[in-house]
Amino acid sequence: MKIKIHRPKYFQKEEIAGLCFLSPNLIGFLIFSFLPITASIFLTFTEWNLATSPRFVGFENYVNIIDDELFWKYLWNTFYYAIGTIPATVMLSFFLAYLLNRKIHGIVFFRTLFFSPSITLLVAIAIVWSWLYNADFGLFNFILGTLGIDGPRWLQSTTWAMPAIIIMGIWKGTGYSMLIFLAGLQNIPEQYYEAADIDGANWWQKITHVTIPLISSTTFFVLVTTMIGAIQGFDQFYIMTRGGPAGETTTLVYYIFQNAFEWFKMGYAATIALMLFAIILVVTLFQWRFANKWVYDEGGS
Amino acid sequence: MLSRKSRKRIADYLTYIVLILFGAIVVIPFLWMILSSFKDAGEIWTFPPVFMPKKFQWSNYRDAWNALPFDRFLFNSIIVTVCVTIGQLFTCSLGGYAFARLRFPGRDKIFLLYLATMMIPFPVMMIPLFIIMRTLGWIDTLTALIVPGLFSAWGTFLMRQYMLGIPKALEDAARIDGCSYWRLYWNIIVPLCKPVFATLGIFTFMGTWNQFFWPLIMINTISAKTLPLGLVMFQARIAAETPWHLIMAASCAIVLPIIVLFIIGQKYYVKGIVMSGIKG
Repeated sequence: MKIKIHRPKYFQKEEIAGLCFLSPNLIGFLIFSFLPITASIFLTFTEWNLATSPRFVGFENYVNIIDDELFWKYLWNTFYYAIGTIPATVMLSFFLAYLLNRKIHGIVFFRTLFFSPSITLLVAIAIVWSWLYNADFGLFNFILGTLGIDGPRWLQSTTWAMPAIIIMGIWKGTGYSMLIFLAGLQNIPEQYYEAADIDGANWWQKITHVTIPLISSTTFFVLVTTMIGAIQGFDQFYIMTRGGPAGETTTLVYYIFQNAFEWFKMGYAATIALMLFAIILVVTLFQWRFANKWVYDEGGS
Repeated sequence: MLSRKSRKRIADYLTYIVLILFGAIVVIPFLWMILSSFKDAGEIWTFPPVFMPKKFQWSNYRDAWNALPFDRFLFNSIIVTVCVTIGQLFTCSLGGYAFARLRFPGRDKIFLLYLATMMIPFPVMMIPLFIIMRTLGWIDTLTALIVPGLFSAWGTFLMRQYMLGIPKALEDAARIDGCSYWRLYWNIIVPLCKPVFATLGIFTFMGTWNQFFWPLIMINTISAKTLPLGLVMFQARIAAETPWHLIMAASCAIVLPIIVLFIIGQKYYVKGIVMSGIKG
């Protein structure tokens, strides 16, 4: 006798319900995420100024990138900004989180205070800082002046424009990483510190032998996210310098913006964007590999 | 040798000194923004700078507001932010529910695809998205700012993770009673998901309110600009004689609501960051 196995009716109902529930989301995902990503790969093989129809050019855009001196200069600028902001942000945010993790009064106040730059819109911050950096009437050059230092022309200076934006980036980004570190610190079980106390460890030994190893997976997360954020920065460069002076603060994302929406070189812009993705991927994978050496995983997986 | 107690006290004092020092560094730009917003043009263009304005020029706020159609910008910002926030909560919670609870063919593959796209940076999608918007004829309309924001892979992921943590027993009981999936979602899941709704809601609200890059690409006409675009327009218009006091007034007016919202919803915002930090 043959036994027929029917899937219960309610499974079929469940399948229909599942697809119905997902569909508004899935349609949005397909049109506004999946399609653009796929299309961008095709775009890299075309030359298209939007006015005429796209022309297939093979690998020409990729070849052009290699010869494009601006691309390499702006790639360097992108790294300059990332390397300028990341270590300082990570160290400062760890330091502040460490202080806030002590059991003292007013923690919530300071936490909110330090976090406030992170929630404020970058557009407003960049504008306020442009005013602070004003070479003749700005607050910073006044403060430097009282210390007997003749302040630079900041955003108009080819040397100082990028450091100026980096300083602002650190000011803006520290609070966010601090919050993640704080959560990580609060996850460290108290017993570890008690054990260290019994062994007679001083506070410095406790930081280097307990806190830092136990928080390394958080540090890794902070490093990766700040890196991805720094490489993709745009607003601050657009508002504070428009990529100038002399292209010294033009980053890759800004260059993509120029190519696509100022010069209407859609194919070339898409190619740079894909390169940007490749760079982010490589740096992330590199960090990932390197992480095995220093990230301590408590679960031992 | 100091006693343990007095050592702790000294460490506490040192901590406060350092915290106050860093607090001052955080506060100064905000303070300067607020003070500058009350100065008159003469006080702005003075060196060494004047710290306290002689008379608080409340009229700066009115003048800034009237210098550009800020009421229009505010209206646009509110429409876009409210639509995107509500829309995203709806689609992400529905999608999250489907991923977390319902079995259907291809579910896990689709979810993996969602995860993969979360890694793709915005500049990669930006150009094809622009072309899609142009084809649809949505450039220079608020639709271009609203519709792509109605869905979010990250938000769906967040919802799914939260829903996986809800015990199934309640739903099973309701299902035996013959409850439809919609009612399971609406009457059981949604009320249990209030915290994650708050988290995603605040994140989306702030993200959309502060958004600059995408609107910059999409919008050229003044009547469709949002607040951040208006602010930048202000700054760029008169480069030589930038009316900094008015710009600072406008910045204050835009920044303030967000800070208030953050202080109210702080708990959920912090939770969201921690959640994305630990799970991510």
